[in-house]
Amino acid sequence: MITKRIIPCLDVRDGRVVKGVNFQGLNDVSSPVELADYYSRCGADELVFYDITASAEGRRLFTDILREVASHVFIPLTVGGGINTVEDFDRVLKCGADKVSVNSGAIRNPGLIREAARKYGNQCVVLSADVKRVNGEYRVFARGGRDDTGLEAVSWIRRGVELGAGEIVLNSIDTDGVKNGFDLEMLKAVSEAVNVPVIASGGAGCIRDFVTLFKMLPKVDAGLAASIFHFGEVSISELKTVLAENGIASRCTVHKSSQAF
Amino acid sequence: MIAIIDYGVGNLFSLRSSFAAIGEEAIVTNDETVLDRADHIILPGVGAFGDAVRKLRESGMDREVLKQAASGKPVLGICVGMQLLFDKDYEYGEYDGLGLVPGEVRAISEYIDRDLKIPHIGWNALRLTGSSPLFDGIIDGDHVYFVHSYAAFGCEAYTTAVTEYSCTLTAAVQNGNVYGTQFHPEKSGNTGLRILKNFCGI
Repeated sequence: MITKRIIPCLDVRDGRVVKGVNFQGLNDVSSPVELADYYSRCGADELVFYDITASAEGRRLFTDILREVASHVFIPLTVGGGINTVEDFDRVLKCGADKVSVNSGAIRNPGLIREAARKYGNQCVVLSADVKRVNGEYRVFARGGRDDTGLEAVSWIRRGVELGAGEIVLNSIDTDGVKNGFDLEMLKAVSEAVNVPVIASGGAGCIRDFVTLFKMLPKVDAGLAASIFHFGEVSISELKTVLAENGIASRCTVHKSSQAF
Repeated sequence: MIAIIDYGVGNLFSLRSSFAAIGEEAIVTNDETVLDRADHIILPGVGAFGDAVRKLRESGMDREVLKQAASGKPVLGICVGMQLLFDKDYEYGEYDGLGLVPGEVRAISEYIDRDLKIPHIGWNALRLTGSSPLFDGIIDGDHVYFVHSYAAFGCEAYTTAVTEYSCTLTAAVQNGNVYGTQFHPEKSGNTGLRILKNFCGI
C-alpha cells in the first residue's frame, strides 16, 4: 500500500531558506540546495518549496535554485508561492518541479486550477488552503493568512478538487506554530469530504503528533512541517522508525539498495 | 550514450538530471541519427496516455521506437512511456499501442477498492516477481514513486515487479530487450537511480 509521506517545507526568500535552521554537519544552513540534499538523505519523501520573494529578481533567483535542487535531489518536489497564472506553472515545472501548489492565486481565479489541470494533469496541481475557525465555521484565508475570504473551507476545497486539484495541503492557522499537534478536527472534516490525498500542515511539535495524526485519521496521506525539522526537534529518520513501531507504513530508506549511491 | 526520446510530452528535466547524477551521458532528442548512435533508448511520459500516443505518432517517433527496439538495443519506457509499449490502451478511448509487450492498459478504477484514491500516487513497495537485470541489487520491499491512473493488465508472463494497491498492479515489465517501469525511477531516490544505472549496464 501507499506509504504515509513526511514532507519538510522550506520557505525561500531571495534565494535563502527563511526561519533559522540549526543543523550540525551542514556548512550553510540557509542554502536551499544543501538543506534539500540533507533532507533527501535523511529519508524525506518529498520536499515543498515556498517562494516568499516579492521581487522579479528574487523570482529568477528562486528558479535558478530550484533547478539546482532538482539536479541533485531525486524525490518529488512541490513548489508554491506567487503562482497566479499557467505561465507560473510552466516556469517552475521547467526547472524541475513535479507539482505546483496554488493558494491565493486560485482564490482570485479558480479557473487557474482547471486550466493548469487540463494542461499538466490533476496530479500536478496542489490546492493549498490556509484555514481558520471564524464564528463556528472553517474559513479560508488568503495572502498568507492575512485576509478572510469569507469562503467556507470544506466547500472551497471540494470545489478545488472538482476543478482538478489532485492533492490538498490543509494548513490550520489555529494550530500553526502552537506545536501541540495537528488540527485533527479540521483535517477530519476535509479528508472525509474529498477523495484526493490530503497533506496535514500546522501544529506538529513532536514525533507523537505524527503517530496520532496517522492513527486517528487514516485518510490523511502526509504530514508537513517546517521549523521542527529545521531546528532538529524532530529527526525524520527517527520519526520513521517510530511510525514503523506503531504499524504505520512509511518509505524505508535503510535497505542496502538504497545506500548504493 | 542514452537517448531520451523527445516527442513533446512532459518534463524531462529530472530524467536528464538523474542520468547526470549517475555519470551517464543522456541526450534529449528526436533526431534519428542521434537515436541510431545511442546505446540505450528511454521512452518517457507523463500526463494522459491519449495525448502521449497522439504526440508520439505526430512526431513520427512511434516508428523510431519500433526500429530501435527491433535493432536489439535496450529500450526503457517510463510511466506513460511504459503504457505505450503495450498492444492496447483504453485511456480516454481505445488506442493501439506499440505492441512491443503483450497486454493491455486499463483504468485502475476498474480493479481497486472503491474508496481508494485515484491516481495511485506516492511511494509504494516493489515485489519482484521474476529476475530482471533492471533490479540487480534491489530487494523486495524497496519503495519507488508512482503517479498513475492506468496500469497494465494481462501481461503476467512479462511482469518483473508488482505493487499492491488493494489489487496487484504491474510495476515493471520486460520482453527481451524492451523494459518498462510504471513508477518513476528518476523520482524514486537512490533506489530509482540504482535501477537507471542497472539499465545503463544492460
